[in-house]
Amino acid sequence: MMHADPNCVLTGTHFMNGDAACCEGALAAGARFAAGYPITPSTEVVERFAARVPKVGGIFIQMEDELAASIALQGMVWAGAKSFTVTSGPGYSLMMEHIGFAAMTETPCVFVNVQRGGPSTGLPTLPAQGDMMQARFGSHGDYSTISLVPNSPQECFSLTVKAFNLAEQFRVPVMFMMDECVGHMTEKVVIPDAKEIEVTPRRHASKPPGEFVLFEPGEDLVPEIAHAGEGYKVYVTGLTHDKRGYPLMNPASQKELIPRLFEKISRAADELTIVEAEGLEGADVVVVSYGITSRVAQRAIEMARDKGLKVGKLRLICVWPFPEKLIRELAPKVKALVMPELNMGQVVIELERCAGGQCKVISVPHPGGTVHKPADILAAIERGAE
Amino acid sequence: MSTAADLHIHNPVEDVLRKERIPTIWCPGCGIGTTVNSFAAALLGQNIDLKKTVIVSGIGCSGRVSGYMALDSFHTTHGRAIPFATGLKLANPELTVIVYSGDGDLTSIGGNHLIHAARRNMDIMVVCVNNMIYAMTGGQAAATTPGNSITTTSPFGSFEPEICLPQLVDAAGAVFVARWTAYHVKQLERTMSKALKKKGFRFIEVLTPCPTLYQRRNNMGDGLAAMVDYKNRSKIKNGAPTYEVALVPGGEIVVGEFVDREREDYLTRMRRQLGTNYSELPPQPEEEEQEGCCSSC
Ligand SMILES: Cc1ncc(C[n+]2csc(CCOP(=O)(O)OP(=O)(O)O)c2C)c(N)n1
Ligand code: SF4
Repeated sequence: MMHADPNCVLTGTHFMNGDAACCEGALAAGARFAAGYPITPSTEVVERFAARVPKVGGIFIQMEDELAASIALQGMVWAGAKSFTVTSGPGYSLMMEHIGFAAMTETPCVFVNVQRGGPSTGLPTLPAQGDMMQARFGSHGDYSTISLVPNSPQECFSLTVKAFNLAEQFRVPVMFMMDECVGHMTEKVVIPDAKEIEVTPRRHASKPPGEFVLFEPGEDLVPEIAHAGEGYKVYVTGLTHDKRGYPLMNPASQKELIPRLFEKISRAADELTIVEAEGLEGADVVVVSYGITSRVAQRAIEMARDKGLKVGKLRLICVWPFPEKLIRELAPKVKALVMPELNMGQVVIELERCAGGQCKVISVPHPGGTVHKPADILAAIERGAE
Repeated sequence: MSTAADLHIHNPVEDVLRKERIPTIWCPGCGIGTTVNSFAAALLGQNIDLKKTVIVSGIGCSGRVSGYMALDSFHTTHGRAIPFATGLKLANPELTVIVYSGDGDLTSIGGNHLIHAARRNMDIMVVCVNNMIYAMTGGQAAATTPGNSITTTSPFGSFEPEICLPQLVDAAGAVFVARWTAYHVKQLERTMSKALKKKGFRFIEVLTPCPTLYQRRNNMGDGLAAMVDYKNRSKIKNGAPTYEVALVPGGEIVVGEFVDREREDYLTRMRRQLGTNYSELPPQPEEEEQEGCCSSC
């Protein structure tokens, strides 16, 4: 384990918005390179990065579009850098092919999506959580990645660091799924001393060129990496490939590669069950939420408790992989799981699947543009408690 | 009795090829391999560090070139080789970065990136294998398909005029622009050698035969017939203004080095403008030594 470079960490107590905190998190995590294309409400992240990063030897490049940004950042990674891109809805849609490329080539990197109302250009300046399924399934083919969802500027800092660390640990693209509210809300953000910020180093080849096999999985199914310019003659392709990285397009090679890309994440399910839980013990109803919606849900939970209802709170911080085991354990113990989301019901599909009919699952959809009314969530809690 | 091993003759360019991957996927008479031969010879004839030389391509028959070279090879997505290469170059300016791909890849789906990399004067060399067709997908019309040509998506002859690539990249700001055909192997090698050493956005178009998909459908004979055609129709005009080098079906093929100028490349300009606002990468913290037990044991 390494620690953050003190030259890049703004240790102290700040009053900043989520976008700014995300930028600081990326810098603390070791990102010195980023490629982006402007889109509301995400742009402030890279605007700040562009101003900050030259002083610490890095580069921000504004590419000609999101397709370019989402692959330029992978060139940066294969040249040895930690890098990321930042976008919102329509831009995220354009990046999908390269999220698949990153998954297939096991390129550690971070895609920040500050979600806004959609579909299409939708509501550029207003919040939504409408890209959650896209984060999991948006690119073609089968792959598995990690999605983290912050609910405060403070978490925009700390979870961005975590996003980079997980990207390196599992060699996957990590989706950092903010939303307009969290991106633009300004709150206290405490940035710790660099020594207290753990940074996961790249899993660099431990063998010399000649002996090293680029996609040979380790015990945890994650391979080590070598970069361009180091003498390894790496071969990286988005085609189905063998351990050397050479294209090998047949069912056997697909069967060897694709399940491994899944399993390297699913094996770590416990470690990736990152939630904030409170009052689950003895609860009749548990409100499951993520991101900005969890803050509205908090109010609804308090209102329900004032009415004497036994309500628990489960906030998903890592939404993908979904905390399947936890839900399977929880479902038989409660009457209902209530899930408000700023979309017409996306992650609730997964919740329902994992609950497996053991309890009621109540979706509280919202098309976005603003947040839920606590009363709507309260009404769902009351229905669940019946 | 002599064995096959005794008959092995060292091919002068085999050291830069991934021999274990040969034979290639390319058809007999295809011009892509011919361009690779010139490229390999250019690489070997240079005093450049092949360990720091990277090749990037997109998707297509031509996009497979990266995978046959014994260099750091990146076979990216369709049309996006240039932005990937841009990322490589920015994060490690010591790399010599070459993009080697097809006309459809670089100029249709990737056309925007081509323009902007030239405008930025990103320090990369781009080799565009122009076989005038989308080959890998089965012979559909490309932006470079000569007007009237029969392709699978233009069965009545294409209705669109072909793009003039040298003119486009010249206008966008490339510092080096050349065109050869697969017939001009020596000239191509020389031009590639020159371009490898130059700084900034360099673009080399190479006209190549695709006997399987383009020529067959247009009754143009085999690979050899294409070579004869190139020989007869080509006219070397170094320094020709790029607005005069458009390819006219059946007309003269103007080849040569058209543009060779100096212009500050992206990274140099960035460093100059940033001045003292840019500092070298700060020292990265050393990895903690792991002696014996870890702290949690
Ligand atoms: C996003 C995307 N669209 C389409 C394709 C299908 N495709 C593969 S190769 C190709 C055309 C390649 O043509 P060109 O670049 O001229 O190369 P050639 O095969 O002629 O050498 C296309 C359209 C793809 N792989 N990805
Ligand atoms: S289809 Fe055409 S371009 Fe592709 S390998 Fe065959 S001859 Fe070459």
